[in-house]
Amino acid sequence: MTPRTQALAARIAARFGGQLRIVPAQTGELTCEVDKERLLEVAQALRDEEGLRFEMLIDLCGVDYLGHGQAEWNTSTATSRGFSRAAMPEVIVTDPEASFDARRFAVVYHLLSISGNQRLRLRVFTGAGNPPVVPSVIEIWRAADWYEREAFDLFGILFEGHPDLRRLLTDYGFIGHPFRKDFPTSGNVEVRYDPDRGRVVYQPVSIEPRVLVPRIARDDNRYETDLRDKPANG
Amino acid sequence: MAEFQQFTLNFGPQHPAAHGVLRLVLEMDGEVIQKADPHIGLLHRGTEKLAESKPYSQSIGYMDRLDYVSMMCNEHGYVLAIEKLLGVKPPPRAQYIRVMFDEITRILNHLLWLGCHGLDIGAMTVFLYCFREREDLMDCYEAVSGTRMHATYYRPGGVYRDLPDVMPKYQESKWRSGAGLRRLNDNRGGSLLDFIEDFTERFPACIDDYETLLTDNRIWKQRTVNIGVVTPERAMQLGFTGPMLRGSGIAWDLRKKQPYEVYADLDFDIPVGVNGDCYDRYLVRMEELRQSNRIIRQCVNWLRANPGPVTVDDHKLVPPSREQMKGDMESLIHHFKLFTEGYTVPAGEAYAAVEHPKGEFGVYLVADGTNKPFRVKVRAPGFPHLAAMDEMVRGHMLPDVVAVIGTQDIVFGEIDR
Repeated sequence: MTPRTQALAARIAARFGGQLRIVPAQTGELTCEVDKERLLEVAQALRDEEGLRFEMLIDLCGVDYLGHGQAEWNTSTATSRGFSRAAMPEVIVTDPEASFDARRFAVVYHLLSISGNQRLRLRVFTGAGNPPVVPSVIEIWRAADWYEREAFDLFGILFEGHPDLRRLLTDYGFIGHPFRKDFPTSGNVEVRYDPDRGRVVYQPVSIEPRVLVPRIARDDNRYETDLRDKPANG
Repeated sequence: MAEFQQFTLNFGPQHPAAHGVLRLVLEMDGEVIQKADPHIGLLHRGTEKLAESKPYSQSIGYMDRLDYVSMMCNEHGYVLAIEKLLGVKPPPRAQYIRVMFDEITRILNHLLWLGCHGLDIGAMTVFLYCFREREDLMDCYEAVSGTRMHATYYRPGGVYRDLPDVMPKYQESKWRSGAGLRRLNDNRGGSLLDFIEDFTERFPACIDDYETLLTDNRIWKQRTVNIGVVTPERAMQLGFTGPMLRGSGIAWDLRKKQPYEVYADLDFDIPVGVNGDCYDRYLVRMEELRQSNRIIRQCVNWLRANPGPVTVDDHKLVPPSREQMKGDMESLIHHFKLFTEGYTVPAGEAYAAVEHPKGEFGVYLVADGTNKPFRVKVRAPGFPHLAAMDEMVRGHMLPDVVAVIGTQDIVFGEIDR
């Protein structure tokens, strides 16, 4: 972290205490987590108070943490089983009635202070409720309007207090929230022209989902720079 | 006969001034806009979801297709985010090449904007002039990457290859021969850098031509002055960036304020508007054309004097050359692993932003320690601009909607993603 970012982190820690938890990051960016009950007062303070002044909401997006860090290939047993492994697409089925893991859905806010030339990332977990709900920040940053509609459309996150929470990107009459991890990439329905009925009809997709390159986590030392240049048996 | 006062007008999605596939539902009182409700998503391809199912490098090509008139700047944002997570810094020559092509892209974008904006509000000639110059820059894209538009030229750790020593020439054909062909090939005798330098020498005169046509033109000013005025406070509140923010008088440019690559070493100015109307934003973009030209000149001079590598020397990230691969087992393994499995990016999250011709283009990457991104979010500059459409056109006349769409520089590839 640069000294400027560290100073900002210190200011935030002093001002908000336990309300804003600073998440350690390697990339030199400042990330904070806030409880959704405290979101609005924290956001208001971040926008208006001296030394913070985050006038701009640069970005707002939903994140679905379902399956975070899970690889499709088990690389540690590769040598004993040879290379006959293939990956079948894992179909995740979640019960729509059940509640979520409290850290499944998050809303991530990217804030920018033009006067202070600094950035801040704010993350709110939606909690276990189904459907996920977070308060809308539209009264604090007007730019949140379409961003929240997009997050609602793609992730099904409800923004309490948003005046016009309609779908934004998907088709009129679309069912489901396509960016959730349990929504298949190829979708659920496809359309075709039905010559008998003389109109376009919906039908279940005929595409076979497939994985070209499996998701692989490598925890070997290939990526450790201090080990990389050493001889193999050194 | 009943008198109709309030009515609803459907503008687009098939309308030449809608810049692609914008459906605007306008509530009108006579010819005055009461409310504008843009319906977007007709070009939604789910780029971010698709990127989740591919190794990092395979999504660079998707980025070109976001804002399809400023291709390399999109790649730049994505590649920077990956590099931030990997902790990699490309060699200086790659950084200069990237900056040079970012600025070429800015000119490409602004020329398309100027041509279409002009065409939308009644100036035909400027469109033809702009596309004439765009053609030369497209040739630079082609010379360096092999394609005119979707280049996939920036890679994590550098750029795909060094600048070519020979600028491709037009071949004789049924349509091109004799003196016409010789004239076309006149400035293509040397390297790509010679061609770009020649372009930067004649381009300021071209900008003068465009300005002669528009800047003091009575019709142009009637259509743009005091149209779509945005105050600086409102611009920040609405999330405006780029020329839309600078047109309102805020001197904010990531190239100056949060410099990436080698922008800190280059000499250029940031134009700022006063009134925040369409005319000021026009003037800002025209000056940006001149400044980009200046930056390209500096990059050409530096690149001439400083040969060197254009990628990091790390075959865990950058594939080895063809010759190395044919003769060396280790290189063959590297090559195979890179193109089948890709590289693993350490778990974490990063947001990287570049000053895209339209504003701040950012990529938010969530990595979970695998070879594919867990979540990619593209922060498209046009998205908050279009969201403010309602506020900008309320109380204006119907033809002013076209002027506002033009001044926002809308491209649906990036808004719908």
